[in-house]
Amino acid sequence: MKEVDLVVIGGGPAGMAAAVKAKEKGVQDVLILERENSLGGILNQCIHNGFGLHYFGEELTGLEYAARFIDKVHRMNIPYCLETMVLNIGSDKTVTAVNSTEGVFTIKAKSIILAMGCRERTRGALNIPGTRPSGIYTAGTAQKYVNIYGYMPGKSVVILGSGDIGLIMARRLTLEGAEVKMVCELLPYSSGLTRNIVQCLDDYNIPLKLNHTVVAVHGKERLEGVTVAEVDQNRKPIPETAEFVPCDTLLLSVGLIPENELSRDAGIELDPVTSGPVVDARMETSVEGIFACGNVAHVHDLVDNVSNESELAGESAAEYILGINVPDRSETIVVKAGNGIRYTVPQLIRKQSLSRDTVKIFFRVADVYRNVRLAARCGNNILVERKRIKVTPGEMETLELKSQDLREINAGEELVIELRTDGEGH
Amino acid sequence: MPEKRNLICINCPVGCLIEVTLDGDTINSIKGYQCKRGLEYARAECTNPVRTVTSTVRVKDGILPVAPVKTEKPIPKRLIRDCMKEINRCCVQAPVKIGDVIVENLLGTGVNIVATGNVPEAHGKNGS
Repeated sequence: MKEVDLVVIGGGPAGMAAAVKAKEKGVQDVLILERENSLGGILNQCIHNGFGLHYFGEELTGLEYAARFIDKVHRMNIPYCLETMVLNIGSDKTVTAVNSTEGVFTIKAKSIILAMGCRERTRGALNIPGTRPSGIYTAGTAQKYVNIYGYMPGKSVVILGSGDIGLIMARRLTLEGAEVKMVCELLPYSSGLTRNIVQCLDDYNIPLKLNHTVVAVHGKERLEGVTVAEVDQNRKPIPETAEFVPCDTLLLSVGLIPENELSRDAGIELDPVTSGPVVDARMETSVEGIFACGNVAHVHDLVDNVSNESELAGESAAEYILGINVPDRSETIVVKAGNGIRYTVPQLIRKQSLSRDTVKIFFRVADVYRNVRLAARCGNNILVERKRIKVTPGEMETLELKSQDLREINAGEELVIELRTDGEGH
Repeated sequence: MPEKRNLICINCPVGCLIEVTLDGDTINSIKGYQCKRGLEYARAECTNPVRTVTSTVRVKDGILPVAPVKTEKPIPKRLIRDCMKEINRCCVQAPVKIGDVIVENLLGTGVNIVATGNVPEAHGKNGS
């Protein structure tokens, strides 16, 4: 059986950043396994700009951002296998994969980094009633058709879901000559960035219908239209508001799901809220020596954050392989999502792994709130508190904690991340 | 006649609603912003709004039929449609390399359209 120090599963932004960092930190033997026919992951279809402002300090398109990491992988001579699908990961860190040149093969790794990313929720996950015509795509699939293969999915379009991919596609299809009739959002707010609402919808006079959803799909061979209705406070459609909207294309931008079939098979503990592995502050999963980063751990809104998180995972894997700062895993602080918080990453902190000066906790709030404070609390002791004029579930939040403060917390105690208000709600 | 325009600031998640009153091209007042960046955004949006345009151009003999492109710098918003016409008129010969200039001096703006990705040449497309 082939032996490799570090196997990185996935050659997108997360996998590349993790592999590069691990090699920089002294791991000689790194191998990236990628399912597609090129490195870059989802960035290969992101021709729009807005990437890299935080990480590189300049505005790049998705492909340009990917190209910088692909160059690093090449410069550092990190080997990778393309069109290679990982079939299984064992908890003993064996990786079984298949491709057309080697057939099925197994690699024994000292450490594994999970960087498989996420996939889109589909119509099936939503249970939209009606017929089954052609012309219904996830927004990302339509993006791939238009931007990589040069095909237009249709001429008149309704988009369900106001996540960033849906907004970006509203603009893209408009520029290519389609009529985008509306973007419907079930919630009373968009989960997309304000910048995308302004520059992808408002610039082109595309209506954003909040509190609206698609309740029926019409057409036999090809989509002929959808029925759109307003929803009440309980997100139930109000029948009197139903309206038929003729269109030949429906795009779904209704959420992303981390791809964790491999993690589950390896016996890695998953967080039911993030749908990703439970990780500690070094991005290590419940299986020692297996790390996770990027959208497989939790869905990010900025690739810049993915790169930073993945470098941390790469560095931690390097330390594990080289036997530096490997913590005693028994002493843990549980990080808990408290009032107004949907989830946190990491979900736990190993007391013995506080070798860096600070620990960053990433989290999402559960709703839109104004004039609140975000706090990290242990018992009655508030470790950090930050004021925010407005927070939304669409924007990931961070609190940075000092390791010296965390050392004071006893193993088994809870660190609660919570939203505090001065009496007024949202 | 003074004209009122409502903007949403895009600089941060707060998304301030900014109201600008204009008299032709002259700004009379800007209200509703909570920081300096909001003021600057409103001023720029009402006097000279600009956008970076990203799209794809047709490629001949490449492994893919299109290559991604962008305007090297933001261009005036009113030129977006004409910019798309220029882009759609183009057809470039593979190989395309990241950074290649596809259209020079777009519509007299002094801004080039450049490739943002690589499209290598397809081998054995003709003949064989």
